[in-house]
Amino acid sequence: MGQTATFRIWRGNGHEGTFTDYATEVTEGMVVLDAVHQIQAHQAHDLAVRWNCKAGKCGSCSAEVNGHPRLMCMTRLNQLNLAKPVTIEPMKAFPPIKDLVTDVSFNFRAKKSIKPFKPRPPDAPDGTWRMAQADVERVQEFRKCIECFLCQDVCHVLRDHRLFDEFVGPRHMIYAAALEMHPLDVEQRARDLKDAYGVGFCNITKCCTKVCPEGIGITDNAIIPLKERVIDQLYDPVVKLLRMFR
Amino acid sequence: MPEYQTHVHDVLVIGAGGAGLRAAIEASASGVSVGLVCKSLLGKAHTVMAEGGIAAALANVDDRDSWQVHFADTMRGGQYVNNWRMAELHAKEAPDRVRELEAWGALFDRTADGRILQRNFGGHRYPRLAHVGDRTGLEMIRTLQDHGIHMGIDVHMECTIVQLLKSGDRIAGAFGYERERGRFKLFRAKAVVLATGGVGRAYKITSNSWEYTGDGHTLAYDAGADLMDMEFVQFHPTGMVWPPSVRGILVTEGVRGEGGVLKNSLGRRFMFDDIPENYRPQTADNEEEGWRYTQGDKSARRPPELLTRDHVSRCIVREIKEGRGSPHGGVFLDISWIKARIPHAAEHIKKKLPSMYHQFKQLADIDITQEAMEVGPTTHYIMGGVRVDADTQMSTVSGLFAAGECAAGINGANRLGGNSLSDLLVFGKRAGEFAAKYAVGQKAADVDGSQADAAARRALEPFERGTSGEGPYQVQYALQDMMQDLVGIVRNEGEMKRALDCLRTLRARAARVGIGGHREYNPGWHSALDLHNLLTVSEAITLSAIERKESRGGHFREDYPDKDPAFATFNIVTRKSRDGSTEVSRAAIPPMPQELKKVVEEMK
Repeated sequence: MGQTATFRIWRGNGHEGTFTDYATEVTEGMVVLDAVHQIQAHQAHDLAVRWNCKAGKCGSCSAEVNGHPRLMCMTRLNQLNLAKPVTIEPMKAFPPIKDLVTDVSFNFRAKKSIKPFKPRPPDAPDGTWRMAQADVERVQEFRKCIECFLCQDVCHVLRDHRLFDEFVGPRHMIYAAALEMHPLDVEQRARDLKDAYGVGFCNITKCCTKVCPEGIGITDNAIIPLKERVIDQLYDPVVKLLRMFR
Repeated sequence: MPEYQTHVHDVLVIGAGGAGLRAAIEASASGVSVGLVCKSLLGKAHTVMAEGGIAAALANVDDRDSWQVHFADTMRGGQYVNNWRMAELHAKEAPDRVRELEAWGALFDRTADGRILQRNFGGHRYPRLAHVGDRTGLEMIRTLQDHGIHMGIDVHMECTIVQLLKSGDRIAGAFGYERERGRFKLFRAKAVVLATGGVGRAYKITSNSWEYTGDGHTLAYDAGADLMDMEFVQFHPTGMVWPPSVRGILVTEGVRGEGGVLKNSLGRRFMFDDIPENYRPQTADNEEEGWRYTQGDKSARRPPELLTRDHVSRCIVREIKEGRGSPHGGVFLDISWIKARIPHAAEHIKKKLPSMYHQFKQLADIDITQEAMEVGPTTHYIMGGVRVDADTQMSTVSGLFAAGECAAGINGANRLGGNSLSDLLVFGKRAGEFAAKYAVGQKAADVDGSQADAAARRALEPFERGTSGEGPYQVQYALQDMMQDLVGIVRNEGEMKRALDCLRTLRARAARVGIGGHREYNPGWHSALDLHNLLTVSEAITLSAIERKESRGGHFREDYPDKDPAFATFNIVTRKSRDGSTEVSRAAIPPMPQELKKVVEEMK
C-alpha cells in the first residue's frame, strides 16, 4: 500500500446534502474509520461520525460503504477496490442528522415497548438459580448483539416500507427472542409479538442475518421460532376451541 | 442570563457505563428523580469493551474462596496503598451485585451444576471471574441498560457536561451541550454522581475509546474536589501492536487465563525469569504446574503469565528493550500451543475467546488457533481519580459523588483484572444510594446564572477564532505523543519535568485552537473542548508521578526503581489552589483495623 485513495463521503444535514471527495494516504492495515478520522483531522474538522471503541464491540460506527451496510471500524481497506473512490454514506433507513450520523432514536423507543425480563422465583434458598450451559447458549447468541442497527437499516419493512409504527425490526426481534427463550423468563409476549411488535411483517428474506457483524442467526434462530411461538399460542385450533368455552 | 434548556433532577448522574447506570438504577429505586447524561448513545460506553469478567468471591468453582481472600488479593495487587475500607466493602459486596445482575437477566457461563462459572485471572488466587466468553462488559452494560430503561430515569444521550455548577460550597447542578444541535443544557440537581471513566486518550497507545478524556476528573478538580493517586496509570500488558491502525486495542487477560503463554523471539517463556518475592509462594515454578492450574487443578499454582498487570507489562518492556521482541515491537502471546494438550483445541479457543478470534482474524489476518499473536503494553486504566469517602462515595465537595474508574481508592497502585467491573457495580450502587439520601435531605440550591454564562462563553471561544487557529486534533496528537514518551511506563524526574514544560506550551496552543462550521454535531468543536480535560489530567498525573519518588504498582521510576516503605504510608493528592495552580500534597493512609490486618497477614 502506501498509496493515496479517494473517499466519497456524504456531507449534509437533515434536509439536503452532497458527496464530497477527499484524497488521503492509505497505510497497511487501515480500516474505513481510520480514513474517516484522517480526513477529519486534516481536511474536515466538522465531519460528523459516530464511533467509540474502534474494535467492533460498541456498534456505533455503522454506515454504508460502497453501498454495503458495515461497521467502519471492521472494514479493512484492503478488502475494497481503491482504484475507484470508496463511497461512505449514512444508514438510509434512519432520518439523517449530519454527514454520517443518523437519528437512531426509534430503536430506543422500540426496545422500551417490549415487556422486560421477568424471572421465575429463585431455585435455591440463597436466592439463586440453576441453569445448564446448553440452555443458556442459544440465548447467549442473541445477547452478542452490539446494537449497531445494521439489521434495522437493511430490513425492507423499515427501510422501504417505513413501517416503524408496526414493526420493531430484527434487532428487537432478537431482543424479544432472548427474553422469550431465557431459561428463567416467565413473561407472556405472544400477543404482543403479533400485535405490537409485528413479527408477521417479516417475510424471511434474511437480509438482516447477512449484514450482522456478530454473525447472529437473526432469521433462523430468532424470528422463525418467534413466528412459530405465535402460531402455537394464538392459532392452535384446539387451544382456540378451549378458549371459546373458558 | 440567556435562556438555556433546563432540566431539574434530584440526582444527576454523569456517565452511563456500568457505574453510572448502576448508580442511576439505585437512586431511582429509592424514589428520587434521576437524570442520566451520556456522552454517546446509551449502551455504547466503555464498559462494553470489558472482556474478561467480574471478580466476585462467589466460590462456585473453588470453595476455598471468600471475601477475605479477595480482599487480600486486592490489597496485595494494589501494593497496600489502597483505601482498605473500599477494598473490604468491594470484596464483601461484589457477590451480591453479580447475583443481582442474574436476577435482572444476565446470562453468565455456567458450571456443570448450573451455577455461575468463574475463571482464572491475574493476581486472583482462585478462579473468581464471572464471565460470558470474552464479552462480559457487553453483557453487563446491556443488562443494566435493559433494566434501567423501565425505571423512569430521564436519559440525556449524546450530551457532554463542561462544568459543574455550585451554590456556595455545595453542588447545584451541571452545564453542558447536546451534540445533535449543539445547544446548551442546564441541569439543576441536589446531588451529582460522576461516573465518567478514565483518561486513556491522554496517551497515544491506548485501549480506551474516544470518550476517555478525563471529564469527571476535570469537572471535579475544577469544582474544587481533591484528586488522588493520579500517578498510578495501568498499562495493560497485552494490546495489539500490528497493524499500526489497531495498535493498543485490548487482548484480554482471559487468553492467559485459558492457558496462553508469553514468549520472546528466542521462544523462551520469559515470565518465569522474574517472579516477585511476595508472589513466589503462589506462583508455579514450572510449565507443567502452570498448565495444570489453567485447567482447574486445585493443587497447582498459577503460571507467571498471570502475575499482576504492572509486573507483566514491565517484563514485556524489558524483553523488547533488550532486543528479544517480536518483529513489530511486541512479544508473542500464544494460545494455539494448547492443541498439543487438548483435543479440538481450535474449537475450544473459538468458544472461549470468540471476540479475540474475530478481532485478530478481521483486523490482522491472524488465526489465533494456529499462530501466536504479537502483543505489547497499552494504556488501559487509571487507578487514581476523585478522592471519595469509602462508604458513601462522596467527594470533598458536598453533594458531589464519584464511582467507578473516575473515583480513586479501591485499586491502590495497581488494579487486578476483573476488579473494575465489580468496582462499578459495588460503588455505583453505593454512590446512587447515598446521592439519593443526600438529595432527600436538601432543598434545591439556587443556580447562579453567571456560572453558566461564563461556561457558555468559554465553550464558544474556538468558533470565534475560526479556522485561522490551529486545529484541535493536532494539539491532541501532540499531547498524546508527549505523555506516551515522557510520562509512560518507565518514568524519570528529568523527563517528567520536561513534560511539565510541554504541558505549559500545549495549554497555550489549546487556548488558540480554532474551528470552523457550526454547532450541530461538530466533532472538531467537541475535540477542542476535550483538550482542557486532557491537559488537566495530564498535569495531575505528571505532578503526582514526580512527587512519588519510588516505584510501586503501575508507577515505575527508573531513577527510583525500588519500592520505598516510607511511601507506603500516604496517598498523593492534587487540588486546585486559589490562584488556579495545582497544589500537591500527601494524605496519610489511616491505619488498618486489627481484623483486616489479620486477614492480610494470614493470606501472605
